Amino acid sequence: MPPPPRPAARVWRVLLLVPVLAVLAVPMFNRTAPTLWGFPFFYWYQMLWVILCSGIVGLVFLLEVRDGQGEDNA
Amino acid sequence: MAPLPLQPVALGVFLVLFAIVTVMGFMGARWRRGDLGNLSEWGLGGRGFGTVISWFLLGGDLYTAYTFVAVPALVFGAGALGFFAVPYTIIIYPILFTVFPRLWRVCKRYGYLTAPEFVRGRFDSRALSLAVAITGILATMPYIALQLVGMQVVIAALGFGGSGVWADVPLFIAFLVLAAFTYTSGLRAPAIIAIVKDLLIYVTVIAAAIVIPIHLGGWGKIFAAVPAAKLTLPVPGAHTIGSYGAYATLALGSALALFLYPHSITGILAASSGRVLKRNAALLPAYSLILGLLALLGFMAIAAGVAKAPQYAAGFAAYHGNFAVPALMLAAFPPWFAGVAFAAIAIGALVPASIMSIATANIFTRDIYRAFMRPDATDTQEAGMAKLISLLVKLGALVFILGLPAATAIQFQLLGGIWIIQTLPAVMLGLTRLRLRAGALLAGWACGMAVGTAMAASTHFKSAIYPLHLPGALTAPGYAALYALIVNLVVSLALSLVLNALRTPSAAKLDPAARFEF
Repeated sequence: MPPPPRPAARVWRVLLLVPVLAVLAVPMFNRTAPTLWGFPFFYWYQMLWVILCSGIVGLVFLLEVRDGQGEDNA
Repeated sequence: MAPLPLQPVALGVFLVLFAIVTVMGFMGARWRRGDLGNLSEWGLGGRGFGTVISWFLLGGDLYTAYTFVAVPALVFGAGALGFFAVPYTIIIYPILFTVFPRLWRVCKRYGYLTAPEFVRGRFDSRALSLAVAITGILATMPYIALQLVGMQVVIAALGFGGSGVWADVPLFIAFLVLAAFTYTSGLRAPAIIAIVKDLLIYVTVIAAAIVIPIHLGGWGKIFAAVPAAKLTLPVPGAHTIGSYGAYATLALGSALALFLYPHSITGILAASSGRVLKRNAALLPAYSLILGLLALLGFMAIAAGVAKAPQYAAGFAAYHGNFAVPALMLAAFPPWFAGVAFAAIAIGALVPASIMSIATANIFTRDIYRAFMRPDATDTQEAGMAKLISLLVKLGALVFILGLPAATAIQFQLLGGIWIIQTLPAVMLGLTRLRLRAGALLAGWACGMAVGTAMAASTHFKSAIYPLHLPGALTAPGYAALYALIVNLVVSLALSLVLNALRTPSAAKLDPAARFEF
């Protein structure tokens, strides 16, 4: 089993909190304006965060791979 | 009221697709051939699934047929609140990324097949492991039953439901097919079928998101047809966090619970590496986009006015909002494509139902049969027992659905979510260096189960939302599972502190956690 990872390599994981907080802040996005392609804000905001969350998770993965932490030593 | 008419073309397409996946399910036994007399081969596919197969398997596992019918049904009925499925399926991925590669690594190293097995090793406690095992089985059984509800709805929409004694024959046949290929091929069957299922789901949803808005005059028209009160969450009044609290806690609580379900953990442990899981945490959100579009089918059903169309009256009378999506498909698509869509939903029920029965069988075999009844069971006996249990579990689900009203299964599934989240401290915090004690975790689990069940009982098992009264006349309606989890965590952590303070330094050195290098 590999040695415990260096803590420095995991700092990027803080970024993973961003999508979680963004979709839990309900009062911030519970409105219809502005609409996008006919979608009220409530709907396109949350759908947009699906894509952003995917991007952020992917980014954290790539940063950990770069720092030598991408293997199974989670 | 006229019965639902037979849809010959849709039915033909449906049956052909169903036959194809049946053959694939049985052929799964020969795919990446392994010794199916060994439980890690039958029950985890030999832990060999790479990024692509894991993507299909986990996607097929987490986004179930019931989800595809119930989420739009909830949006159709309750409006914006039903959209919580989207934040829910966003929050799960940071959790998958940070927590579960570690579980995978520990389970691979020690040969664990289930979460209770990990808990037994980590805390050296058979009682705590049994509590986690029983919670997992109880939470999964109604979930399997609900997959059959999803299938029942599309069978009815095809006009294939029949009447009297014949009413349940198609469901019974589908069940036999499911049971047989799961028995012979193990986890390889749902893994291979998931590929077909997911492609059909993607085609159906993307077609629906393009074709139906064109019929209805664009997305703007669809949202305009929805009553304003349903379009956003009602703004909370004074002294309450109202629907905002319900929405956020449902999303967070459901996300924390999801990967504790046995079928999720089976899908995770079947991956070939922790890296596969991390990649999938970035790639699986594609399904959440599809789920978001699917949820909006509920609004399309409102805009299309299917609930008022006389030809669907019988379906709505029998299945209420759950009939909204099938009715919309019949109304908006040519018959052959409605057949594709219904096949997607029905096959979408087979995949998770199969994985759920395998996961339950793995738990029964490893954590009850071998842990308590036959510690010296051979590999062959283990695999044989698991196959038998997978049949019994599905039979139980079928009896449940045929014998009890669907509302009962839904109520039990609601309780299942409240129960399964109570295994979070033992499983997820068990993966950290926190010095938790088995006795404390067991006490926390018991408190969480009791509080959560009592909260659900106070709504007569109708709602998962419990109106918590806080000091200062403030009401905080929230997901009962999350509230009960907080009780569980407080008890588990506080009691662990007390027990640790009481134990001598030499006893602390013998902590079973020492062997896990987190």
